[in-house]
Amino acid sequence: MSAITDERRPDDASVPDDATPPGGRQGRDALRQMGSPHRARNVKDVIARVVMWFCFFLAMIPLVWILWTVISKGAHLLGSMEWWTGNQRNINSDDAGGGARHAIEGTLQMVGMTALIAVPIGIFTAVYLVEYGRGKLARAISFTVDILSGVPSIVAALFIYAVWVTTFGLSRSGFAAALALVLLMIPVVVRSTEEMLKLVPNELREAAYALGVPKWVTVVKVVLRTAFSGIITGVLLGIARVMGETAPLLILAPYTKNFQRDLFNGNFPTLPMMINQDRGDFALATAAERMWAAALTLIILVLLLNIIGRVIAYFGSVKK
Amino acid sequence: MSSVTGVSATDELPGPDGRPPLSGDAASTGRVGDRIFGGAATLSGVVVIVLVSLIAVFLIVQAIPALADNSANFFTSREWAPGGDNPRFGILEFLWTTVTASTLAMLISVPVGVGVALFITQYAPAWMRRPAAALVDLLAAVPSIVYGLWGLITFSPFFKPVQGFMEDKLGWFPLFAPTGISGGTIFFIGIVLAIMVLPIVTALSREVFDQTPLAHKEGALALGATKWEMIRTAVLPFGRPGVISASMLALGRALGETIAVTFLVSALADGSPWTWSLFNGGETFASKIANNAAEFSNPSKTGAYIAAGLVLFVLTFVVNSIARVVIERRKAFTE
Amino acid sequence: MAKRIDVTDLNVYYGSFKAVEGVSMTVEPRSVTAFIGPSGCGKSTFLRTLNRMHEVIPGGRVEGKVMLDDQDLYAPSMDPVTVRRTIGMVFQRPNPFPTMSIYDNVAAGLRLNGVKNKKTLDGIVESSLKGANLWTEVKDRLNKPGAGLSGGQQQRLCIARAIAVQPQVLLMDEPCSALDPISTLAIEDLINELKSEFTIVIVTHNMQQAARVSDRTAFFNLKATGEPGRLIEIDDTTRIFNNPSEQSTEDYISGRFG
Repeated sequence: MSAITDERRPDDASVPDDATPPGGRQGRDALRQMGSPHRARNVKDVIARVVMWFCFFLAMIPLVWILWTVISKGAHLLGSMEWWTGNQRNINSDDAGGGARHAIEGTLQMVGMTALIAVPIGIFTAVYLVEYGRGKLARAISFTVDILSGVPSIVAALFIYAVWVTTFGLSRSGFAAALALVLLMIPVVVRSTEEMLKLVPNELREAAYALGVPKWVTVVKVVLRTAFSGIITGVLLGIARVMGETAPLLILAPYTKNFQRDLFNGNFPTLPMMINQDRGDFALATAAERMWAAALTLIILVLLLNIIGRVIAYFGSVKK
Repeated sequence: MSSVTGVSATDELPGPDGRPPLSGDAASTGRVGDRIFGGAATLSGVVVIVLVSLIAVFLIVQAIPALADNSANFFTSREWAPGGDNPRFGILEFLWTTVTASTLAMLISVPVGVGVALFITQYAPAWMRRPAAALVDLLAAVPSIVYGLWGLITFSPFFKPVQGFMEDKLGWFPLFAPTGISGGTIFFIGIVLAIMVLPIVTALSREVFDQTPLAHKEGALALGATKWEMIRTAVLPFGRPGVISASMLALGRALGETIAVTFLVSALADGSPWTWSLFNGGETFASKIANNAAEFSNPSKTGAYIAAGLVLFVLTFVVNSIARVVIERRKAFTE
Repeated sequence: MAKRIDVTDLNVYYGSFKAVEGVSMTVEPRSVTAFIGPSGCGKSTFLRTLNRMHEVIPGGRVEGKVMLDDQDLYAPSMDPVTVRRTIGMVFQRPNPFPTMSIYDNVAAGLRLNGVKNKKTLDGIVESSLKGANLWTEVKDRLNKPGAGLSGGQQQRLCIARAIAVQPQVLLMDEPCSALDPISTLAIEDLINELKSEFTIVIVTHNMQQAARVSDRTAFFNLKATGEPGRLIEIDDTTRIFNNPSEQSTEDYISGRFG
């Protein structure tokens, strides 16, 4: 779209006073006769241009700064084998060393469980909204999905706490935290799946119906199949979103420095909680180093999911 | 489609070709497979409604006993001493900190975010658009705990002299009065929140700016408008509802942001005097709850925190509902 | 393999809007019946009611009777899915399934309905593609995506897909409107061949096409925008084009409106 406006104004980037107004040479002459207003307008135009570029670079400052901080302070621990194989058992804040494997595995296991619950609910809800839903129920569902997407993670955590711990008397665990993450992930999956399903042309549904294919088979084998890669992308982005969530873990899944595969009993190791643990002693070089390394590891995991998601979206999209 | 079917125009989600979706009742038949699959889809949707309702119900039910025992005014008290025989707690401080920091975040992130969106859609050279958009999205991919660390350890020492300078020059103004607190001030938290929600404002604004009809833009240019005038007369008016709803969603996120704020806040000592200054400390709803997760020992104490969480829930609910209404209006307007 | 369709006094509604009113006609087996008329006259809408495809659009319903030989298509016990298996449809724009190969596209109707036997499928895919005059062009690339074919080939692929489920009747909704003249010719030839096996109903905007391919022609018209469409007359194609009984048919044929 805007490419066209660029063609209209090839001189956009040139020296301000000489900028060709739209309408070309004749237009410029006509405008020049109008005197100073033309000049004032051009000045404004240039100021606007400068402000927009400035905004962009302003936004880039924290990004570069954050990435630089995390990489420069955390990268070298990631080079050691121990980081990827060990845990933090018996390692105090002022001890160097130890690994993050327990937390990496824990985080992956927890988001895996989250996805296991949230993805079916999310996809089915999106299927309802796009393929079945009409009238009041669809509106109500769509509205609550919006509300759910706005629920702060701390509120989701409090809710699970109120159900899991206060009402049922169960203890905090990795699974309880995963349940809170489910609440945060469902709206992401619903919205992205919904968007993908809407991109499937109605002609394909018609084609299937006209072959005498029942609706549910049409939805499963034609609509979901066509939207498949887009849905996967949405799921991965959803996982990436909840992977870095810390508040529910703080309330529901106390940290352990050991390997722990049991989501249902006892404390559970995760990367955000490992960061949180070492943050308490960030004045100590050993703890600070571990903290930044864990943060970098978390960013890498999140980015990896994002990149895989985008690659799938790119290659999986149906070529028209 | 029509009033007779009981379906109004707004709840039809038109497909990409502009036609309503093929969700006619008779496309689905009485087949077992159709009934099971359609049932599962409906059930999932209903589960979502039930979940959201349960959030409200559970928070309310568990907050009520604590609120009943509370001997201070929940909305106007600045005390926070739940538990014990005579619990006294109120949310005024959290409300003030949360709303002020989030408002400040909006004041920064909305203009900058719109600027970035305009840059990406209107000003950036063609080759730069996708990478620039991806970089801003990258900002959204950074987990909030990392913002917390960065703010706490790297950014806050850098900000101290800036705050000192402002207190020096603008201290006569109540909002900038010195309080002796540096680091986790409301002002500082507002800035970090602004950075965190910037990608939300940018992404949604970018989307609506991109949809500005070419005819509007050409119309403005054909009248001899400069690029900026074209943006002001065609792009911005078209995108306004989108920007408003984007800001609301971002505000909702800022209000509820937990871990970064938890890392940054300077909690105030009990009984510290009231000040309007943005350079004061103070907990937000989310940080207060998160910081005291270990204190959830007895029901009345927990109830007080759940009550605070409920207020936060209502706050974000209202803000997100406004965003939704604006989006619906726009839909009705463009259809 | 081909059946006759009897329509009696059919009204079609979308919600409260009456799109087509009072159509009665007979479609003869093993012949081509063309529907012509100005835009919005309800000819496509009416066509969709012949295999209950209108029902997938919200609010679509009919009053009246449609008989396929002695079966009532709108009997309460009649499953629309069964109706659509018996009466196939080809659409305006070629719509092969983008995620499927050429082979899978043709086999789709059978597979999605549970046919798994590889031999059966192979046989039907080949005969259907041959039936759609596409076999020689695609036999070496059956595993390539169907979306890679040209528009005309895609449309013939869709015809092959439709006849693979061995329907009694084939409905075509402006099957050539998105195609170039040469592809159009290929489709028209194909229609001529297919009519020995199927009952064919074709909606077309193109009067010459109706004259070329059809045995009988039905002319639809509407009084004004917002009014329901009606069947003006149906007769042998030669008669409709040379000596229609209605004045409005003659006006339309001779290009005075529409």
